[in-house]
Amino acid sequence: MSAVVNTVREETPFRRFVSRFAEDRIAVAGFVIFVLIVLAAVLAPLYAPQNPYDLARVDLMDSRLPPGAKSLEGFTMLLGSDGVGRDIFSAIFYGLRISLAVGAVSCLIAASVGMTMGLIAAYFGGRVETLIMRLVDLQLSLPSVLVALILVAMFGKGVDKIILALVLVQWAYYARTVRGSALVERRKDYVKAARCLGLPDARIVFGEILPNCLAPVIVVATVQTAHAISLEATLSFLGVGLPQTEPSLGVLIANGFQYMMSGKYWISFFPGLALLITIVAINLVGDRLRDVLNPRLER
Amino acid sequence: MDAPVLNVEGLKTHFFTRAGVVKSVDGVSLQLAPGEILGLVGESGSGKSVTGFSILGLIDPPGRIVEGTVRLEGRDLTTLDDKAMSRVRGKDLAMIFQDPMMTLNPVLKISTQLIETVLAHAPVSKAEARQRAIAALAMVGIPSPEERIDAYPHQFSGGMRQRVAIATALLHRPKVIIADEPTTALDVTIQSQILAKMQELCREIGTAMIWITHDLSVVAGLADRVAVMYAGRIVETGPVGAVLDFPHHPYTQGLIGSVPSHAEPGARLAQIPGATPSLSALPDGCAFAPRCAKAIGLCRREAPQIEPLGMASVACHVAQGTGGLE
Repeated sequence: MSAVVNTVREETPFRRFVSRFAEDRIAVAGFVIFVLIVLAAVLAPLYAPQNPYDLARVDLMDSRLPPGAKSLEGFTMLLGSDGVGRDIFSAIFYGLRISLAVGAVSCLIAASVGMTMGLIAAYFGGRVETLIMRLVDLQLSLPSVLVALILVAMFGKGVDKIILALVLVQWAYYARTVRGSALVERRKDYVKAARCLGLPDARIVFGEILPNCLAPVIVVATVQTAHAISLEATLSFLGVGLPQTEPSLGVLIANGFQYMMSGKYWISFFPGLALLITIVAINLVGDRLRDVLNPRLER
Repeated sequence: MDAPVLNVEGLKTHFFTRAGVVKSVDGVSLQLAPGEILGLVGESGSGKSVTGFSILGLIDPPGRIVEGTVRLEGRDLTTLDDKAMSRVRGKDLAMIFQDPMMTLNPVLKISTQLIETVLAHAPVSKAEARQRAIAALAMVGIPSPEERIDAYPHQFSGGMRQRVAIATALLHRPKVIIADEPTTALDVTIQSQILAKMQELCREIGTAMIWITHDLSVVAGLADRVAVMYAGRIVETGPVGAVLDFPHHPYTQGLIGSVPSHAEPGARLAQIPGATPSLSALPDGCAFAPRCAKAIGLCRREAPQIEPLGMASVACHVAQGTGGLE
């Protein structure tokens, strides 16, 4: 018996979480695809036949070539080229870099801001809470595309401005989620015990309560990352997002839109497919996380 | 009695709710000598836990200490600000809670929680803090503390978790520990182990303790003195032997009579009729009068004051004989 016990690895909350997550094959597939996409995006300069940002290597003579055609430089354009002669295959992975980075960075910032606000609201209550939560309500009552559109129109184009707009649109989701769980956690005895031990407020809020609120935040963060990516693509598609010289997936789709009706489907289609696969993969992971981390569904 | 380490005088903690003022603690006075164990006994809602939290200064709005002083070695804690108070909490005053499943943070390792507590009150290095934490775990009887300290709370049994909670409370060798029914959630065998350990540690460190409970058998075995609370007041207090063997107050008599082991086998169990009164609408006079078989007219008009009677002190007109010829 003891031999058996010894071979079983010590069960930490993290290991239990991993094994629960892995029970759903589709979610694991989603996770694997997502990791591959991230790797492909990060390593794009190593294998992409063309750097679509390097205008010296983009040749207008290559424009609107169908998938499989040869470029002037001699490499095969697997997925064709767009209106200015960019190789779609290369542009997709370079675009993914920007899309993923924008999604991840804006999510990290929005999560930090939102969690801090939510924790402050829950722990201190009173007027502070009312102020923060009414701001959250205001934020959430407006469609996020509309708010982001107005913000970007005000700030102007650029990666930093897009991120700022996404943070302003998304922090409220985190604030509301964290406040909900922090309100529950705050009443638990371990918080009272921590106060009885004379631990400082900041330590109780961030050291004791926050770790217990992370599960729902992880779920929201996953879904919101996907949301941020599609929001950025939407803004770029509408022409107020990222500039033409730094094509994200949204810009690529927008570029091909005008050629859709003339049969040159690939310019919009393949970037759109990449966007779709990315978002579906993230959402599959997010759905599974919701099941695993939701204490009400605990078996 | 030596100079009391903790002296609570005329403590009143009221909760100002929409339904009215709830007088959870309404004029409680307690003294605690160094190393002494006081059993604070009462039914649910008698204000014993609120008394404990009032001493620690942890009453959340709408509650407030409206009157009285809590002196720890002569210093009045009710006048301290939050910052000064949090230096006292966990260092000179500690608390142990009822449910060991809830008082340890489920997502943090035991070591994290213990080390944080050491560092909150002592300017020592992390390694030193860890050594102290391990020593505290060894003191409360946790086997191989060097390894167990890095476990999570869910890897401990209920009794072991309560030991961890006790170790946390003892880290700074506090002057007073307030234990709020710490063994209620445990098995009887574990309970007796914990009781024996607590008694031993209090003697060893010289910590005084207020043991809040509704279990008279625990008080009989553990405490030096006992205070019986009813509706926010202490109705009888004195040495454990005197109060439990010769109770004067009808409520104390009723409580002791309600312990099933006192009953004849097969006989109908004794009980105190009625329920504790609503603390927001206490009757005039003695709060126990409506449930008391011995109540006289005076009991319904005038609240009795607590007066020495024999070895104990009692707040009861009948026992004090002030009822006269009514």
